[in-house]
Amino acid sequence: MSEATARKPRPKHLALHEIRLPLPGIVSILHRVSGAGLFLLLPFLLFLFDRSLGSAESFAVYQSVVSNWFIKLVLFGLLWAYLHHFCAGIRFLLLDLHIGGDLEPARKSSKIVLAVSIALTLIIGVMLW
Amino acid sequence: MVKRIVVGAHYGLRDWIGQRASAVYMAIYTVIFAIAALTLPEMSYEAWSGLFSGGLMRFLTFLFFLALFYHAWIGVRDIFMDYIKPTGLRLALHVVVLFLLFGYAGWAAQILWRL
Repeated sequence: MSEATARKPRPKHLALHEIRLPLPGIVSILHRVSGAGLFLLLPFLLFLFDRSLGSAESFAVYQSVVSNWFIKLVLFGLLWAYLHHFCAGIRFLLLDLHIGGDLEPARKSSKIVLAVSIALTLIIGVMLW
Repeated sequence: MVKRIVVGAHYGLRDWIGQRASAVYMAIYTVIFAIAALTLPEMSYEAWSGLFSGGLMRFLTFLFFLALFYHAWIGVRDIFMDYIKPTGLRLALHVVVLFLLFGYAGWAAQILWRL
């Protein structure tokens, strides 16, 4: 196997459309993307938190903001981002502890991360919608 | 094998540990918060603000925010280190993110201690 890979011409640059990312790689890049998205929308989330706790009047403002369907969609996306970051983060912590580092367990756990975070997003999202 | 001269202050171990310690705290807080929030008898201002007005929950929530901002600092810094090659631009972005996060921390304190 090592001979076969050695004879293959090495890629000279990172052609993103030619790279087929394996499942653990997808979990990894989504961990980064979800983290970046959560960071970018922090001021919006803090604004909502601020309005929801300011007073009974500002709480009403908060409720009218989050009842907008587009805002709900954004929050649904952020909920997924948080839950994916959460699940993938636990997976990375376990990998740090040398748990599930072999190829098969690593593939399996990346499937679990993707499935559990989507399932939790649907369950909690529907509860809150 | 990478050859390098091992002298200097540190090689990011503190940030590596800080990122993970803050992650563990946030994960525990998230579970506590989710249970407390989803079992609220009703979604009213009184019930919601009552959740955070207790001394312990306020303290734990503020600690969550500090952990979040520290965690975000390390993560965003890593992203900039990977993708932003011009040193001046990268350092300028680091400063912007730091200022933002310090501002957010003040904002979070104001939200919680106004209750």
